[in-house]
Amino acid sequence: MNIPDYSQSPPIDQVGVEERVARLNSRSIKKESKIKALEMALSMVDLTTLEGMDTAGKVIQLCQKAKRPHPYQPDLPTVAAVCVYPRLVSVAEKALRGTSIHVASVATAFPSGMAPLEVKLEETRQAIEDGADEVDMVISRGEFLEGNYNYVFDEIAAVKEIVGKAHLKVILETGELQTYGNIRKASDLAMHAGADFIKTSTGKVKPAATQPVTLVMLEAIRDYYYRTGHMVGMKPAGGIRKAKQAIQYLVLVNETLGGNWLHPDYFRFGASSLTNDLLLQIVKQKTGVYQSLDYFSND
Amino acid sequence: MSEKEPTGTEAATPNKAGNSVPGLDFNGPWKYDAAPQSSDQIDLREQYDLFIEGHFQKPEKGRYLPSVNPATEETLSSVAEATQQDVDKAVAAARKAYNKTWSEMKAADRGKYIFRLARLIQERAREFAIIETMDGGKPIREARDVDIPLAAAQFFYYAGWADKLDYAFPGRKARPLGVAGQIIPWNFPLLMLAWKVAPALATGNTVVLKPAETTSLTALKFAELCQDAGLPEGVVNIVTGTGQTGSLIVNHNDIDKIAFTGSTEVGKIIMESLAGTDKKYTLELGGKGPNMIFDDAPVDQAVEGIINAIFFNQGHVCCAGSRLLVQEGIADRVLQKLRDRMETLIVGDPLDKNTDIGAINSEQQYNKISEYLELGVEEGAEMYQSSCTLPEKGYFCRPTLFSNVSQSNRIVREEIFGPVLTIQTFRTPEEGIEKANNTPYGLAGGVWTDKGSKIFKVGSKIRSGVVWANTYNHFDPTSPFGGYKESGQGREGGLHGLYPYVELVPG
Amino acid sequence: MPDRVNVLKTYKTYIDGAFPRTESGRHYKVYDREGNILANACQCSRKDVRRAVVAARGSFPGWSDRTAYNRGQILYRIAEMLETRKGQFTEELERTGYKAKRAVAEVESSIDRLIYYAGWSDKYQQVFGSINPVASSHFNFSLPEPTGVVTIWAPEEQPLLGLVSVIAPVITGGNSCVVLASETYPLSAISFAEVLNSSDVPAGVVNILTGSRTELLDPMTSHMDVNAFFYTNPDIEVQQQKQIDENGALNVKRIIRKPMEDWQDKEAKSPYFITDFQEIKTTWHPVGF
Repeated sequence: MNIPDYSQSPPIDQVGVEERVARLNSRSIKKESKIKALEMALSMVDLTTLEGMDTAGKVIQLCQKAKRPHPYQPDLPTVAAVCVYPRLVSVAEKALRGTSIHVASVATAFPSGMAPLEVKLEETRQAIEDGADEVDMVISRGEFLEGNYNYVFDEIAAVKEIVGKAHLKVILETGELQTYGNIRKASDLAMHAGADFIKTSTGKVKPAATQPVTLVMLEAIRDYYYRTGHMVGMKPAGGIRKAKQAIQYLVLVNETLGGNWLHPDYFRFGASSLTNDLLLQIVKQKTGVYQSLDYFSND
Repeated sequence: MSEKEPTGTEAATPNKAGNSVPGLDFNGPWKYDAAPQSSDQIDLREQYDLFIEGHFQKPEKGRYLPSVNPATEETLSSVAEATQQDVDKAVAAARKAYNKTWSEMKAADRGKYIFRLARLIQERAREFAIIETMDGGKPIREARDVDIPLAAAQFFYYAGWADKLDYAFPGRKARPLGVAGQIIPWNFPLLMLAWKVAPALATGNTVVLKPAETTSLTALKFAELCQDAGLPEGVVNIVTGTGQTGSLIVNHNDIDKIAFTGSTEVGKIIMESLAGTDKKYTLELGGKGPNMIFDDAPVDQAVEGIINAIFFNQGHVCCAGSRLLVQEGIADRVLQKLRDRMETLIVGDPLDKNTDIGAINSEQQYNKISEYLELGVEEGAEMYQSSCTLPEKGYFCRPTLFSNVSQSNRIVREEIFGPVLTIQTFRTPEEGIEKANNTPYGLAGGVWTDKGSKIFKVGSKIRSGVVWANTYNHFDPTSPFGGYKESGQGREGGLHGLYPYVELVPG
Repeated sequence: MPDRVNVLKTYKTYIDGAFPRTESGRHYKVYDREGNILANACQCSRKDVRRAVVAARGSFPGWSDRTAYNRGQILYRIAEMLETRKGQFTEELERTGYKAKRAVAEVESSIDRLIYYAGWSDKYQQVFGSINPVASSHFNFSLPEPTGVVTIWAPEEQPLLGLVSVIAPVITGGNSCVVLASETYPLSAISFAEVLNSSDVPAGVVNILTGSRTELLDPMTSHMDVNAFFYTNPDIEVQQQKQIDENGALNVKRIIRKPMEDWQDKEAKSPYFITDFQEIKTTWHPVGF
């Protein structure tokens, strides 16, 4: 792997990106296409708990929800993965054994990434050993902002080496990179360094995922695909709580990368409360009656 | 011309991007269901009369023209054809209103009436949007998000000028001209009405306006608003009809000023008609806008800009960026992205909220575009169209690119007024500018580069009234608009849009 | 016998910074107000117009690219040069029948008029441009830019002040021009060309022809590479005006008619003479990181 040729990272015009998103948001998704979108979105959720007060009990409950999102709608897809801190990976792995739901672990001193490289690598190794199928690492934003792109690149590559065949999601923490130009550059860097997914945020920094940021990253994925033939996935995370937002994200994907990316292998939502809103809307679409959260389990 | 054409057409095909990568799939598993805007609430009369002196009046000769929905080819309503006597009546009404009420009224009160019109348009925005879409074929998304809000904003902006004209013309006092005859096109019916009527009224003139024959309905609905607003009778008169009615207005002796938006061809005829008279006139005419993409452009936004530049309103836009000029180094990338983006354009039912490209405005225009498509192929250009399916009824045209063209191709020189883009490349800024300016037109142009100094340099060299830098087809009531060279005379919008409606006298 | 035989001046045309004779080889006689022959003037042809328009077009990019400050300095320089030749111009006007006092007044007003416009050269953009508060994230501004090549009929009366009054606003605004001098009193115009030629005005920016209005009406108003036509004659025949307007329609030429009886009038100078030969260009640019 080589560090990317940044002349291939085009400048980004903020207003243009935001106007494009506004236009995509004007898509009106109704009827069958809405049910399809809601079900797709559900299948793409990385059900996430990343709190200092997380316990085995909390994770087990979350895994139950992952397996059976709605007790009375057994035909619904399950979520894509459960995402936890490394020390709870083994709990999740046990709870999800025998299902197709992946165990995802954050790593590399999430969320700040402010630990020595050896510590980060060791943490990653541990998560993989405990059974993580996917690792969500954070990049070193400080190094990036200082212009030490080689450092950031090497760090991602080193983590990828440990992650091996498991999937590596690289969190850019776009809220700290701030400009779309930086986000584009970091996306290119992460993909060249071996990311299987690029991900917006940890959820600990505001703003977290936004649609314009996601669009910029999707466009980077598109260019990388045309250059290499490699399909990198995308994961917006943080702040996506409503089904309507999720559908808007899917429109972004559909019209930027096309239908091949509309699959949990290539698109994920990092979210927790989104799941119930999706379920609520699915039931509403199927029954024609507006729903109450009292009828949905809030694990 | 010894220009090197984009090897682009070949290399830009996604699956030949140099490494056999399959193209992206934009016809994949998730299709949007139709999301039609309901038109149940729309109240259209079977027949519309002329709006003269505050009332709808039957045309003297009793003739009516059908108004057809170009997306369904069904007749929506019919509109009166104004002949000489009708135009005389309308002009007399406007003259009377000018002398008796409008020029006598306090400027602030004039402003208040115009504010009312702005508010009434906002209140009935949805209704106007739907009628605009049904009558003219434009996507409801555009009518709803662009045409109608901008029309309301135009009235709101100029309303405020009415009592502030002393601040607009340094060292001079502004006097109204009298009766303005205004002739507007079919591409933005209500918006063009607003561009014409709002500044004319704000400066104290009265108007006789003729909408285009295929798109008169929102103007007649606007006439109802004038009644609702209590606008004094005769201040706004709307006479419908064909080009003949238009020429009756142009040649009317008691009209002081002509404002016309339309083709350069008709603009020249109007100039000839006005020869030897002292009538003032402003003309917003045709264009063949260059859209220049430099290799340091924000390329994804530029591609979106190219799309907006040429496919907005089916390309029925006088300032459309219909000539793409792309620097050779990124021509292949731009073309590939452009084709991908075109695949996502939804062509079809204008009332569907997801439609990007609606119906061509009329059979006549459809035929004209079709002729140009044939001509392009005959001239040896390479044609590419998106793979979308078109409705069986109605006048629809696929978004179209022509590459392998040069300055000498007619499709590069002539205004097509449809969703048809020609693509040329350039090597250096000077070559690009030379191509951009090698046209009798000069309405608008685009320049895309991330480099600020280049924007100012190229922007100052493009001979056109509007330069969109890193954007395209944006409009605003505060922003003057109008052409250099054969694209017209005078400006509409902004402070400069007041000049055409006033006579300046020593302060 | 006179002490010395005077050297008489040959009046030629001024095209592209040189003083050629008309290509047609024709001339017409110029008389003073008493009917005495003063000189021969070139009776220019359509081909002279063509050459002059080519020169004007050639000089336009460079002239319009000059900084406003530089154009102002050059206008000022013309005034300086005229001032130093005040006597010559006064005498020339007197020969055409002006009374001494009126001749002096005309020359002095001409000098002052040049200075008036010299001062406008870096101000009209500020006064007549605008920044437009659009309702989106864009910086939007409108600035006047020169229209291009302007053909001009100089006023028939007041052959110096009228001439200066029509040329100065046009070139202050960055246009180049082809001027047809007063048909009856063309001599001051050619002498003024000598002033221009020694004033750092680039070749081709101002071209001065002499000859018949009627004959040159068509080439001056129908030329497709001319962007505007400017005339101020108060007594134009309707038929001629119609012809001018119809020719203008060929390429949507800006036809600027400003009937003016007396160029000493206080309304005979204003920045609106400059803006008549300006196009407003509006530029949009996004505002973002």
